[in-house]
Amino acid sequence: MQTRSAKAFFKKNTMIIALVVVILFFYWRTGGTILLPQNVNNLFSQNAYVFVLGTGMLLCILTGGNIDLSVGSVVCFTGGIGAVMLDRDMNWLLTVIVMLAVGLAIGMFQGFWIAYVSVPPFIATLAGMYAFRGLSNVVLQGYSIGVDNTTFLNVFGGGADCYIPDFIGKVGNLNMTCMIAGIIIAVLFVVLNIKTWITRKVKGYTNDSMTSELAKVAVMAILILYITWKLAQFKGIPTVVIWILAVLLIYNYISQKTAIGRYLYAVGGNRKATELSGVNTKRVFFIAYSNMGLLAGLAGILTLARMVQGNPTFGLGYEMDAIAACFIGGASAYGGIGAVPGTVIGAVLLGVINQGMSIMGVSTNYQSVVKGLVLLIAVLFDVVSKKKE
Amino acid sequence: MAKIILEMKNITKTFPGVKALDNVNFQVEEGEIHALVGENGAGKSTLMNVLSGIYPYGTYEGDIVYEGEVCKFHKIKDSESKGIVIIHQELALVPEMTIGENMYLGNEIGRKSAIDWDKTYSEADKYLKMVGLTESSKTKVKEIGTGKQQLVEIAKALSKHARLLILDEPTSSLNEEDSKALLDLMLGFKKQGMTMIIITHKLNEVAYVSDKITVVRDGSTIETLDCHGAEQISEDRIIKGMVGREMTNRFPKRENVAIGDVMMEVSNWTVQHPKYTERNVVNDVSMYVRKGEVVGIYGLMGAGRTELAMSIFGQSYGTLLSGTLKLDGKEVRLKKTPLDAIKHKIAYVTEDRKGNGLVLSQSIRVNTTLANLGGVSKNTVLDTDAEYAAAEEYRKKLNTKTPSVEQLVGNLSGGNQQKVLLAKWMFAEPDVLILDEPTRGIDVGAKYEIYCIINDLAKAGKSVIMISSELPEVIGMSDRIYIMNASRIVGEMKAEEATQENIMSMILASGRGD
Repeated sequence: MQTRSAKAFFKKNTMIIALVVVILFFYWRTGGTILLPQNVNNLFSQNAYVFVLGTGMLLCILTGGNIDLSVGSVVCFTGGIGAVMLDRDMNWLLTVIVMLAVGLAIGMFQGFWIAYVSVPPFIATLAGMYAFRGLSNVVLQGYSIGVDNTTFLNVFGGGADCYIPDFIGKVGNLNMTCMIAGIIIAVLFVVLNIKTWITRKVKGYTNDSMTSELAKVAVMAILILYITWKLAQFKGIPTVVIWILAVLLIYNYISQKTAIGRYLYAVGGNRKATELSGVNTKRVFFIAYSNMGLLAGLAGILTLARMVQGNPTFGLGYEMDAIAACFIGGASAYGGIGAVPGTVIGAVLLGVINQGMSIMGVSTNYQSVVKGLVLLIAVLFDVVSKKKE
Repeated sequence: MAKIILEMKNITKTFPGVKALDNVNFQVEEGEIHALVGENGAGKSTLMNVLSGIYPYGTYEGDIVYEGEVCKFHKIKDSESKGIVIIHQELALVPEMTIGENMYLGNEIGRKSAIDWDKTYSEADKYLKMVGLTESSKTKVKEIGTGKQQLVEIAKALSKHARLLILDEPTSSLNEEDSKALLDLMLGFKKQGMTMIIITHKLNEVAYVSDKITVVRDGSTIETLDCHGAEQISEDRIIKGMVGREMTNRFPKRENVAIGDVMMEVSNWTVQHPKYTERNVVNDVSMYVRKGEVVGIYGLMGAGRTELAMSIFGQSYGTLLSGTLKLDGKEVRLKKTPLDAIKHKIAYVTEDRKGNGLVLSQSIRVNTTLANLGGVSKNTVLDTDAEYAAAEEYRKKLNTKTPSVEQLVGNLSGGNQQKVLLAKWMFAEPDVLILDEPTRGIDVGAKYEIYCIINDLAKAGKSVIMISSELPEVIGMSDRIYIMNASRIVGEMKAEEATQENIMSMILASGRGD
């Protein structure tokens, strides 16, 4: 029994364990540099787009392993539009709304062909990938355009002041706003989880054992505290983290707690059965791809702010990072299986590997090789463990 | 006594945590047709997989003695080289390839560097003739029907010079006519000296073809019955062996059900095939069902039963050319979507539970509520507690065997999957339930439970339409029976008047002019 539950624990948490091993490996190889406050900070700032795009991509993948190849180009295109608008001194809020609207419109355009005309998603979005890359060049006329609107930069995590101001002040070397926020989040997390666990227990539903529940909650709480502690030692909470958190929480909620979330899983699991259950499956596809466009717009905003400029080469390969994060995070290539927390783990794993190797001075060529291998191994793990069942 | 061609001695096969076969002994004589019967999961297929080398030598205990020598098969090719060929339940043909390509897939004729297509096709044609197919072997598999595809599988087996042929539920997807043709073909092979083992659930087929019957239950062989012995082997006798108890009544009685007013009525219902618009899959059908009534629709496969049901269910199949639908006396025009049918309290429980019914990668809870998420949510936000409670309620009501409602549906047995599918549609709270082959492919015990559920539904005042191609089931369960043939309803009778003979003769009289 003991060994069986241990096995089940490993199986359920394979990617988390893999993540821990990878972090320990780089901690050892970089002499601890990888966990310096600034590097923890960069892990989130540099990879913001992977979290945002990965979340949107997950919804597409859930519908049946369908991907959206156009997101990299859409990030570049919306970024280009934003750069041009800000360059002409337009209102930053208006710019943001236009960028999101353009992203959504592109998503709806592609979603229309995919959902209602049955164009294969791969092809519809491959077309988009070419088209919007080209249009980015048209909008920017081949140049990069700098952004000097400081409000825009501050809100979306670019430039020098891309941190939540410290209202309380420093105690020692710690940014207290950040630290207190971390403590509040950790406590909330613990309370909410234990509360659900108790309700489930009281109502007699199947539940994890108390030890594994407590272990899970404790590990997560410590992790939250650890990350905020690291961030507090640097400059506090990067604004971009707020955006990432908002996206993750909202989409985790949508996918787990709402009817449309349920339909995404059901369509990917068995489209015909879902249709005969009275679900408008075309609409489900349309929503998944429209939403992907919207989030690509948001990623465009975050990228524009972080880079402090729009450039026709931005967003190259972003779609692949997002896709990889989903699959590393346990999404099924056939659809119907996957979750937001998994994608987060996938994104962090990719980020850590990137950063660790950069610190170690591995050339980008080999970084690419390693990333590819990690993706293959992660999916192999999944396939092999399924086969054993 | 003919000589024993195959003897499996003391076979034990364990999977992690389960003993699938426990000390099984099984003998087959040369030139006989030997039926292997038993409930789902009894171990029939496992035994045949051991025999054919799918589970290689060393992963099981015991001996396989074939033609006097002990065999150690390490892979399927080993057993095939001895002339033992297995035809699996699920057809293993590639639809986009020709019959000939399929038959020699993995055994290509010719040199390593080049396939000899002329020889392939001429050889293939030869074997096709032997199974009575007139199609050219250059025809693509997708262009022929399931019945013929099953024959192609047999031709493929013959091309491997089979002397012991194992057929795993060969007729499960065939209509009655094709089934009969296949069984007759088996009898023909027997005359030529071929030995065959057939696994099947259809006891009438067992009686028709087999010389001996071996009953498997819970991983052990219970008994072997000789069909040519002094004792007449009845179906009840076989069932007794399969379930380990006497089944005095295969169909539970429905008592004190008040049959009320007409709940649903369709008139002059004509439906066009979705692709071949010159064909009407349902032709001028009129029928009705009352509250608390169970109406059976009997017909051979392809008679238009499923098409009729699905066209009523929000035109989820075909295009409605003409016809009216009345619910509770009022004419309604449903939009062309299942959702509208569900809103009007019609449920269609599909015959294809894995393909069209269930999301196998999701839990029982998720499947139970899928057709009625509104019942467990507020403003499209799900109430997981309510959902869990609903799934639990139906698990108890239908006696679904599972550790918890969080179990993935894909891990359940056929009978339990069928219960989840029924639960899903009962949770949608319909007034009219159309059950399409509700007991297909599930074992005798689970069938009985499904019948009880149908009775409960009728008792609760629901109108039940049960489509089935098993005559005893239709006669045993229905209050009234419609008989369908070639897209039309060709007869209607009360259950008391119905016998297998008069229903079949009604179908034969109507001809098969399509």
